[in-house]
Amino acid sequence: MMTANPFAVDINDLTYAYKNGPKVLDIVAIQIAVSEHVFLHGPSGSGKTTLLGLLAGILVPQGGSLHVLGQDLAALRSAQRDRFRSSHVGYIFQIFNLIPYLNVRENITLPCYLSQERKMRLGAVTPDEAALALCRQLNIANLLDRPVTELSVGQQQRVAAARALIGAPEFIIADEPTSALDSNRRQEFIELLFAAADQAKATILFVSHDHSLAPLFTRNLSLLDLNRASRSGEVDA
Amino acid sequence: MKIALRLAWRSLLNRRLASILTILSVALSVALLIGVERVRQSARSSFINTISQTDLIVGARGGGIPLLLYTVFHMGNATNNISFATYEKISSDPNVAWTIPLSLGDSHRGYRVVGTNVDFYAHYHYRRNQQPRFGAGAEPKAMFDVAVGSAVAAKLGYRIGDHLTLSHGVGEVSFHSHDDKPFSVTGILDPTGTPIDRSVFITLQGLEAIHADWEDGAPPLPEHAIKSADLQTRNLPVRELTAVLVGAKSRADSLGLQRQWSEFKGEPLSAIIPGLALDDLWEAISYAENGLRVVAIFVVVVGLLGLLVSIYNSLNERRREMAILRSVGAGPGLIFALMILEAVLLTVVGAASGVAFMYLLLFALSPLIELNFGLYLPISPLASTEQWYLVAIVGLSFILGAIPAWRAYRNTLSDGLTIRL
Repeated sequence: MMTANPFAVDINDLTYAYKNGPKVLDIVAIQIAVSEHVFLHGPSGSGKTTLLGLLAGILVPQGGSLHVLGQDLAALRSAQRDRFRSSHVGYIFQIFNLIPYLNVRENITLPCYLSQERKMRLGAVTPDEAALALCRQLNIANLLDRPVTELSVGQQQRVAAARALIGAPEFIIADEPTSALDSNRRQEFIELLFAAADQAKATILFVSHDHSLAPLFTRNLSLLDLNRASRSGEVDA
Repeated sequence: MKIALRLAWRSLLNRRLASILTILSVALSVALLIGVERVRQSARSSFINTISQTDLIVGARGGGIPLLLYTVFHMGNATNNISFATYEKISSDPNVAWTIPLSLGDSHRGYRVVGTNVDFYAHYHYRRNQQPRFGAGAEPKAMFDVAVGSAVAAKLGYRIGDHLTLSHGVGEVSFHSHDDKPFSVTGILDPTGTPIDRSVFITLQGLEAIHADWEDGAPPLPEHAIKSADLQTRNLPVRELTAVLVGAKSRADSLGLQRQWSEFKGEPLSAIIPGLALDDLWEAISYAENGLRVVAIFVVVVGLLGLLVSIYNSLNERRREMAILRSVGAGPGLIFALMILEAVLLTVVGAASGVAFMYLLLFALSPLIELNFGLYLPISPLASTEQWYLVAIVGLSFILGAIPAWRAYRNTLSDGLTIRL
């Protein structure tokens, strides 16, 4: 059950280890306020992917507590976590993160067909209309019926952002979404993402190696500093 | 489930070539299976219905199956004949409604000659209530009239008024022919899908006539041969027949008649009920149809294994796709359902295409098959056995689809949102 919590993300004494492996994560605390735009960085192997897996409800913490939007994810069963993710979390991958056999409109509206809650949040607006509105905001309205395989990397990333934002999920996880973009395009993409997310009052957790982007965010977090497992050299993920 | 169906369909369209090849493989195997089933059923039905409404076949004492084979299928030879007097006794039996006399033993270019009378055209039935009908001309009435079956006419190009001669014996090549006594084609029978199509019909007097000048089973010397014109003026008595087909007044009398004529004191006879004998004979040769069916089933299994391999091979390259679906909220269950649906969709489309292909072939080839093999293949809706086959195939695809589905499910759990492959 979701409870009133001032934090979009509230982590305390979180630990995680893969089967028969050493601890990958050992985090004392991370708190991210609602509507905050947080930049999370860390070198390869600092446990970023594992942390994102936990925040998205794919992995389950073995110790400590993990609340996302007030929901204790460890207390949910697998299917409930899937439902939670589809309803409340928007996820943007690095690159090639669209379903190749769906066109732009179908990719963007897909979460609305996987989550009734997300569709209901649109109110009287249909998923197609919501997709069009987001595409206008992200300057890709002319691409709606195009196959995604015909888009440039920058266009694909905007489609991915629109898909993450449709149905106003409260928490956006962006996993190095600008790594394939040149520096001008990176900033432009982030500004568009912020504008769209702010309209939905969504919290953003943006993961990247690129420190030059850090000033654009309200707060920076270094996983290397936060994760005791990576400091001790135990981590391998 | 609706979204899973949509995604599965679009995913298959995306992998068009592989999907089409898989569908083709399933379609061909389903067409083969249903086709074999059709041929099997049709062969059985054609076989069982080669003769209908005949309650008894009476011939000289011997085995029931040989009697059935030479009287109905025109295969093999009778070892003995029965007397015409016995035939008359059978015909006058108060429980007998009609009789058809049959006299066999000669041939025309490999096709059997059947000597009979008008009762054959009046009472012989096949395929329950069908009777031989003339597509052109009429039944033989005069001594040297001949009617030919549809296959004989088609193969040898006979038309009304053509002349043909008969050969002694039933081989393709005969050393004794009746070339001096030509027959005139007066009738061409419509196709029946029975041995009638491959037979030549003459009158009993005609059969007597061509042997009238033979002595002790040997042809006459040229100077002793009797000309056709001379024979036509003679009244040639029929002394022997090969067998008699009998229609009882009541079907309930069949068993009684069989016993009565099997125990006939006048001469040793065998009397068989054709329906029972046909069933026995079919059962005896059914191992062949079972073999055919087993081969067809193996072909379907191989087709479905191809489907399994196709889906399984695509799994690795689709791990990224699965991770994306997971990120937008698809649970492992949906991924599992997606894979199963792909297998089922491929099979359903493949099976439907296979059935359509089978009907297309049936439409195009059934007249040729009927003409060349005497096999009547009706273009009828799917029989219950065929429907069950299709249900079983789709069910099997569900089970086989579960193998890649399980692998995808496991991949999904281990990959999570990791798509850096």
